[in-house]
Amino acid sequence: MNANAQKHSPWLFWFAVLTAVATLFLIGIGGLVTSHEAGMSVPDWPTTYGYNMFLFPISKWVGGVFYEHSHRLAASGVGLLTTILAVWLWLKDSRKWIHWLGVTAFLLVVAQGILGGLRVRWHMDSLGIFHGAVAQSFLVLLCLLALFTSRWWQNSETEKQIPVRRGLRSHVFFVTILIFVQLLVGATMRHQHAGLAIHDFPLAYGKIWPDTSAVAIAGYNAQRVSATSESNVTAFQIILQMVHRLVALLIFLGVAAGAWLALRRLGGQDPLTQIALFWLAVIFSQIALGAATIWSDKAADVATAHVLVGAIALVTGALWCAIAFRRSALTKIGGG
Amino acid sequence: MKKTFLLLAVATFTTWQIAAAADITGVITLKGTPPAEADIGPKMTEASPDCAAMYDPAKMPTTHFYSVGAKGEFADVVVSLNVTGKSTGASAPPAVLDQKGCVYSPTIFAVQTGQKIIVKNSDPCVHNVHPKPTVAGNEESNQVQMSGGADLTFTFDKPEPFLKFQCDVHPWMFAWVTVVDSPYFSVSDKDGKFTIKNVPPGKYTIQAAHRKLGVQTAEVEVKDGNVTQDFTFEVK
Repeated sequence: MNANAQKHSPWLFWFAVLTAVATLFLIGIGGLVTSHEAGMSVPDWPTTYGYNMFLFPISKWVGGVFYEHSHRLAASGVGLLTTILAVWLWLKDSRKWIHWLGVTAFLLVVAQGILGGLRVRWHMDSLGIFHGAVAQSFLVLLCLLALFTSRWWQNSETEKQIPVRRGLRSHVFFVTILIFVQLLVGATMRHQHAGLAIHDFPLAYGKIWPDTSAVAIAGYNAQRVSATSESNVTAFQIILQMVHRLVALLIFLGVAAGAWLALRRLGGQDPLTQIALFWLAVIFSQIALGAATIWSDKAADVATAHVLVGAIALVTGALWCAIAFRRSALTKIGGG
Repeated sequence: MKKTFLLLAVATFTTWQIAAAADITGVITLKGTPPAEADIGPKMTEASPDCAAMYDPAKMPTTHFYSVGAKGEFADVVVSLNVTGKSTGASAPPAVLDQKGCVYSPTIFAVQTGQKIIVKNSDPCVHNVHPKPTVAGNEESNQVQMSGGADLTFTFDKPEPFLKFQCDVHPWMFAWVTVVDSPYFSVSDKDGKFTIKNVPPGKYTIQAAHRKLGVQTAEVEVKDGNVTQDFTFEVK
C-alpha cells in the first residue's frame, strides 16, 4: 500500500452509506409527494400549519399533509446526517479533497432545504424541477463519498487492474449525462401537474407519433377524465413525454452497448463489467416501470418506484465512471 | 343653461338605456356521449378515511366534468358577453364557495373582477385553499382553513377563464371560477338554461365556454326586447 494512503475507517464508510441510503429514501418520499400532488398541502414553511415542524401532531398528518410533512422530517434527518458526515470527514479523513466534498454535500443539503421551502412559499413549480435535479446530484455526491471512504477504494491501488480505454470511459460518461438529462425531463413532466399527457404505450394516442394539432388536442382533452389529474393536456406536454420515451430508448441502447463493450474488453470477472451488467438490469427495470406507470394511470407507488430506479441508474453510471477514471489514472502512474 | 341641458340629456339617455335593457336567454345542449366520470371514492378512501366516512359507500362522489341531463341539457357552461371595463364587482354581493363532504360546491361558477369570493369550510377536517391563476395580475395564494375556521375571502382583478381552486390535502378537490370584467354573464343550470340580465342595447359577441369542450361564439343584438341564443356542444 502507498505510504500516504488513507487509513480506512469502517464506521465512517458505513455512516456515508447510511446517509446515501437515507437520501434515496428521501427521494422516494419526494416522489410520493409529487405522485400524490401533495407538494402544496402544507402552505407554510419552515413551520407546518403554524407548528414547529417537529411538534406537528400526528393526528393532523392526513391526506396530502402526510406525504409533504414526512418529506420535510426525512429531509431534516438527511440534513443532520450530512452535517455529521461532513464534520467526520473533515476530522477523520486525511485527504484534503474529500474534506471539501463533504463541505459541498453540506452546502447542497442546506440549499436543497431552502429550495424546497421557497418552492412552497413562492408557489413556483419551476423551483420544484430544480429541487428534483439538486436531489439527484446530491445523491450521486453521497454515493461517491461512500465509495471514496470504502476499504475497496482505498486499497484498490494494489489490485491488478485492466486499463479502461478512453472510448469506453467516454461512452459511459455520456450515457450517465444522458440519464441526468432524462431525470430533468421526468422532473419537468411531474411538475406540470397534468397527470399523464399520453395514456397509451408503446403507441401514443394510437400512433407512433401523436397528432398535436389544436383539433387533436381538443379531442384528447374532451376525453380526459381523472379524479386527480384534472388539467387539460397541452401539445408541449405530449411532446415532452415523447422526448422522454425517445431518450429512454437512447439510454437503453447506450447502456446495452456499454455493457457489451465492458464484457468484451474487460472480461466477465472485472468489477466494472459486473457493474455495467447490473446497470443494464436497472435500465430494463426502469423501462418496465415507465410502461407500468402509463398502464396503471400513474399509480403513485409505481410512479415513485420509477423515480427511485431512475436515481439508482444515475448513481450506477456515476460510480462506474469514478472507478474507471480512477483506474485509468492509477494504471498511467504505474505505467500501465 | 348648457350644463342643465347636458345633464338632462345624459339622464334621459341613461333612463332609456335602463328601460331598453333586456335579457339574453338560451339553452345549452350537448350532443354525443361524454366519457364516464371518474370515481373519487377509492382515492378518498385511501387518502382520507374521514372524508370517505361522510358518504354512503354505495354513493361515493364522482368528478363533474360533464353535467348532462337526459335530453342533453348541458350545465356548467359559462356564458358571457364581450364587454370589458364595466365591472360592478366591488359592490356586487359575494360569491360563496363551500367545502362540504371534501368536495367543492359549486365546482363551476363565475364572478366579476373585484367581486369577493367567500370560501367556507363546512367539513369536520382541515383544507388548504389554493387558487392557481394563470393571468398576470391575479394572485396565487395558499391558505389553511381549519374545520370551523373563519371564512376566507379572495378577489381577482383581471378577467380569467376557469381559474382553478384546489385543495392539496385532498387532491381530488377542484373548483373553477371564471372572472369576467362586467356583470353580463351566466352559468347554465341543470336544465341547460342561462340568463344574462339587463343587457343594454347594442351588438355583442356572446361566448359559451365549457372547461372540456372549449368556446363557442355568436353575434347577438339587443334592441327592443329579450334575445334568445342557444348553443350546442358536441363530444366526438
